[in-house]
Amino acid sequence: MTEARHNSLQMARIPLPALAAASLALVTTALALVFFVAPTDADQGFSQRIFYFHVSIAFTAYACFIGGAWKALVHLWKRDPRADLESYVAVHQGVIFGCLVLLTGSIWAKISWGHWWLWSENQLVLFLVLFLFYCAYFMLRFSLDDGPQRANMCAVYALFGVILIPVSFLAIRLATRFIHPVVFTRHGPNFNGWILVTYCVAQVALLVLAYTLYRVELAGKRLDLRLRELRRAYA
Amino acid sequence: MTTAEKYVTAAYCVVFGFVLLYVVIIALKLRRLEREVDALAARPEPAPEDEREPVQVG
Repeated sequence: MTEARHNSLQMARIPLPALAAASLALVTTALALVFFVAPTDADQGFSQRIFYFHVSIAFTAYACFIGGAWKALVHLWKRDPRADLESYVAVHQGVIFGCLVLLTGSIWAKISWGHWWLWSENQLVLFLVLFLFYCAYFMLRFSLDDGPQRANMCAVYALFGVILIPVSFLAIRLATRFIHPVVFTRHGPNFNGWILVTYCVAQVALLVLAYTLYRVELAGKRLDLRLRELRRAYA
Repeated sequence: MTTAEKYVTAAYCVVFGFVLLYVVIIALKLRRLEREVDALAARPEPAPEDEREPVQVG
């Protein structure tokens, strides 16, 4: 990619303050819908309101891991050093959102099932495996010296991890015995009306929030790199 | 407040707390970078290279 084209793509990006404002507005709207508009579930009662953010955060974590794997592929394909940093930041975001999935899921499990965690549930254990796999990504990254070899190894690792996503997603559908609720079936979502509207708004809000945080972290990491180069040049 | 309401509040507080912590960490990092940029800008300009023409000696 030429420098001019790269610069034009940077210009075409949504400015960070606009993204931050959109995140704030969407998250506030989602919270208002969750607590004041969405009806109380007849089966689970008030505790079902965790679902809106728990499921949205889970899909956001999957999106971050897929984004990280895509950037890893771009790095391996085009040998673009920017893609390595983007892949790393996306995986980092995925781990943060993955941690939130586990925490909110545990709280929901405690209310609904009376346990913080159930090792017999494939969906839970597979998500934990996915989460720990991506946690190990950082161990790999920080145990190697900076350079093309580290970037290549991390890219391959991030690509392998993405295989676990469909396994984690399909585990609940393949299981013969489960208590974890199925939200999406082959016939579409298992809900409608205001529940569906609230879920969609929460999902968009969390995706925009994740993208905003990704852009902020990426800008910080790029600035850090540039500073290190400048310090070396001045030394 | 019922038990379910307490747990739901806790779950949303965890999400909010996590995002807040993340933003604070990033803000602290950006402040450190700003300080480093200032320190770099305060350094004296490197002396320009000697541009005299080389001459034959001896």
